Amino acid sequence: MSDQSIRCECGHLNKEGTILCEACGKPIEGNQHIDGNDEKHVLEMRYEGSARRSQTYKRTFVDKTWAFFSSVKVGVWLIVITVVLSALGTVYPQEQFKNSPLPSSQFYAEEYGFTGQIFYQLGFHNMYSSWWYITLVALIGVSIIIASIDRYVPLRRALNNQKTKRHEVFVKRQRLVSKDNQLNEDDVNKLRENLKSRRYKVYEDDGHIMAEKNRFSRWGAYVNHIGLIIILLAAIFRMFEVMHVDDYVWVREGETRVVPSTNQEYYVENTGFVYEEYDPETQEQFSRALEDVEEPVPKNFQTNAVIYRTTEETLPGQEPELEEVTRGEIRLNQPVTFDGYALYQAGTQLEAEYDSMSFDVQLNDEVLGEFTFYSDEAPPEFHLEESDIMVSVDDWYPELEFTENGPSSFSKFPRNPGLIFSVENPDTGDSERFFYLQEDIIPLSEDNELVMNVTGIDRRSASGLTVKKDNTLPLFGLGAGIFMIGVVQGLYWYHRRVWIHPKGEGIYHIGIHTNKNWYGMKQELEKITEDTNVQEFEDQQELK
Amino acid sequence: MDFYVLSSTFLYITFFVYLIATAFFGMTLGNNRDENKKSKATKLAMTFTIIGFASHLTAYIFRWIEAGHIPVSNMFEYITFFGLMLVLCFIVIHFVYGIPALGLIALPIAIVIIGYGSMFPQEVSPLVPSLQSHWLYIHVTLVGLAQAILAISFIAGLLFLIVKIDQTVRNKETTWLEIIIYAVLSTVGFIILSTGFGAMDYEATFIKESDGYQYEVEYEMLALFQPSNSDLMTEDRFNSGIEAPSWMQGIDAGKKLNTLTLSLLAGLLLYGLARLTLKGKRIGAYLQTKFGKINPDVVDDVMYRSIAIGFPLFTLGGLIFAAIWAQEAWGRFWGWDPKEVWALITWLFYAVFLHLRLTRGWHGKKSAWLAVVGFVIIMFNLIVINLVIAGLHSYAS
Repeated sequence: MSDQSIRCECGHLNKEGTILCEACGKPIEGNQHIDGNDEKHVLEMRYEGSARRSQTYKRTFVDKTWAFFSSVKVGVWLIVITVVLSALGTVYPQEQFKNSPLPSSQFYAEEYGFTGQIFYQLGFHNMYSSWWYITLVALIGVSIIIASIDRYVPLRRALNNQKTKRHEVFVKRQRLVSKDNQLNEDDVNKLRENLKSRRYKVYEDDGHIMAEKNRFSRWGAYVNHIGLIIILLAAIFRMFEVMHVDDYVWVREGETRVVPSTNQEYYVENTGFVYEEYDPETQEQFSRALEDVEEPVPKNFQTNAVIYRTTEETLPGQEPELEEVTRGEIRLNQPVTFDGYALYQAGTQLEAEYDSMSFDVQLNDEVLGEFTFYSDEAPPEFHLEESDIMVSVDDWYPELEFTENGPSSFSKFPRNPGLIFSVENPDTGDSERFFYLQEDIIPLSEDNELVMNVTGIDRRSASGLTVKKDNTLPLFGLGAGIFMIGVVQGLYWYHRRVWIHPKGEGIYHIGIHTNKNWYGMKQELEKITEDTNVQEFEDQQELK
Repeated sequence: MDFYVLSSTFLYITFFVYLIATAFFGMTLGNNRDENKKSKATKLAMTFTIIGFASHLTAYIFRWIEAGHIPVSNMFEYITFFGLMLVLCFIVIHFVYGIPALGLIALPIAIVIIGYGSMFPQEVSPLVPSLQSHWLYIHVTLVGLAQAILAISFIAGLLFLIVKIDQTVRNKETTWLEIIIYAVLSTVGFIILSTGFGAMDYEATFIKESDGYQYEVEYEMLALFQPSNSDLMTEDRFNSGIEAPSWMQGIDAGKKLNTLTLSLLAGLLLYGLARLTLKGKRIGAYLQTKFGKINPDVVDDVMYRSIAIGFPLFTLGGLIFAAIWAQEAWGRFWGWDPKEVWALITWLFYAVFLHLRLTRGWHGKKSAWLAVVGFVIIMFNLIVINLVIAGLHSYAS
């Protein structure tokens, strides 16, 4: 490569493919077409006319790949394709939101007809986790990396090598110029002073003056791209199961359950579930809105939770020994956290289960005794001490349903409990049977002399909690932070340079470059040239 | 004191004050008027704009007091806030750049936006548990502000196009400009229809059968399309007998189609009337003669500058804070909910805008068209995603 390098007349050795000499800025013959300087008067200063690999080497496969990905045009097309596909993916719900027992192969066709069928067959129902969508995002990532390196490295070298003394052509072909100014020493001193007061760093060499400020703004684009790369890396890490926990647990009121995905280390107890609704009576400002809706508007879903940790290794079957770690009220927007895990309020089964049912037994209007059946304990019999009689539980159906074979239980959860009792009649010594169902007692024989009543019912709610832990969050946060810094750095500061070029005999050309915001630059120039004989600047590239 | 009534009253006042301000901005135009008259008109226009803004802000604060939480929790509240921010941005821009012609576009757009928002239910609703978070204050307001700033780029872009498009012959650009104007007029049409039928207490109830269930669908406008598989229950109501196509999903699909069609027809009527008044001249061509000479470089700069400010704010509010809130509420910072996807699309689009402008030199008209598309995306996310594609963020019922 070095044999291809180009020595400028100023003596600086430039790399192959350099467009403007890094030191003096003189256009290097034969390379002007690369930045299009051959067709317009104003020099292209975006990358300082530095030698970019993508613009210089185009022979091998590697060169071509590099050139492809370093192109902003290609990057923009990749983004446009991603945008269009992403938008198409929202036409119908994604599979995870489809909220239907039908399998996807039927759901989309049945719900949305022919277009739904196409949506499904193109795989759009799982778009954002599909291999092609991920590939597209990955290609954008590659494009960001290559495009950034391709520009950053030569740009940095060019800015480090720039000399105060520039070639006349370079100065005159800047976008904003003021040519052939007749300036005396006072004018030049005033300019220098003004530039300094506007926080320019002023360099001088042999009568040439260069003033520069905010060069760091040129790195903003590369900083924000680093932020994006970190975010994409975090997304890649997150694909590995070990990096995050995503689980779900139902806990009934009063119940203590192991928190899944914590290696049986943590337990959660639901000490009570709170559900509140908005009341139009007490909150008058909402009365207009609450009148319109048929369903009450929920105000709060809250699980009062206690988190425990096992104190030592528990053998299977052994009751674990627990110590309290933390306790708190889990609400929407208010998870309880412990050791990097977080429990979120996610679902409720409001008073869906029967915790206990209380009964009394009477004979001839005289109460023989009372007892309470706790669903979780489900004892086989009760002894009524007052009258010394036995109540035995013949059958227990937590979720009662009637099948061809008679009553049976659909599940082990007491959602619709059914009980069959036998009670011995102290007078006759006979056993009389009763069926408890639907919160009522039905005597199973017309001859029953005893009377059984339901005296109390206690329902309980179950709370659905999601268990989350995400080790990639700090990385996402870091990426987002760096991105924001880079964007602000690049957009709100402007890299500005002023070259004051002596032609001799008190004649000066002044050339201006700013990487953006020419409008602001022009305003600043008025301040810089205040009280001097500098003529008006010519914008050689105004929008017509 | 009923803050709700006060708030509504102030919003009405705002509406009229903005109209007056627009009229004064109109007086700043014309090539025959001298500079003195123009600057007087500008001053008056800005005074009314600021009075209107103060009244708007008052309406907003009263509503806040009434609700006890920041009013950004439904379509009406969010759109009102968006309009408020839009006017605020315009006022700031005016003091930096001083382009009165910008006001002549910004204020009508703000009026149409506020008017559109007012068509949604205005009752103060309680906050459901998922919205009870301080992030509501940060995320939603910042998105509203960022979108308003991005909307300024649309307004500047529109001004740029009105002034710079070649109106000598009909071409693609003139057609698209007319389409934009037509879209705005259709929104006006929707507001007029809703207000008109609302004043008449118009109601037509249909019973719709779907999957063996019967649903009541209430039309508040003339029924051009009735719901598919439905019967009119209200007497003495016009009914064309045309049913909405059955492939349209949702109980309210017919109603939405009906409203959309009526609005588009009303827009067509308004547009046609305007063309007739102008003796057939394109509205864009008429506006071009009126807007006279403005410095395109400065308008182009407004367009870029508002995106340069709006983009980072949108990133922060619409993506980063949104993700933090989602993590806090649901334990997942990103879930590909339609609203999230469209926020990403918005972000990617403006990223493209900045790349094309900063590295490929897309200035002027090209940039202006992109700014228009950006605004269309924002409106799509606000309106279509909320009303048609339901998701977690779906506010409207």
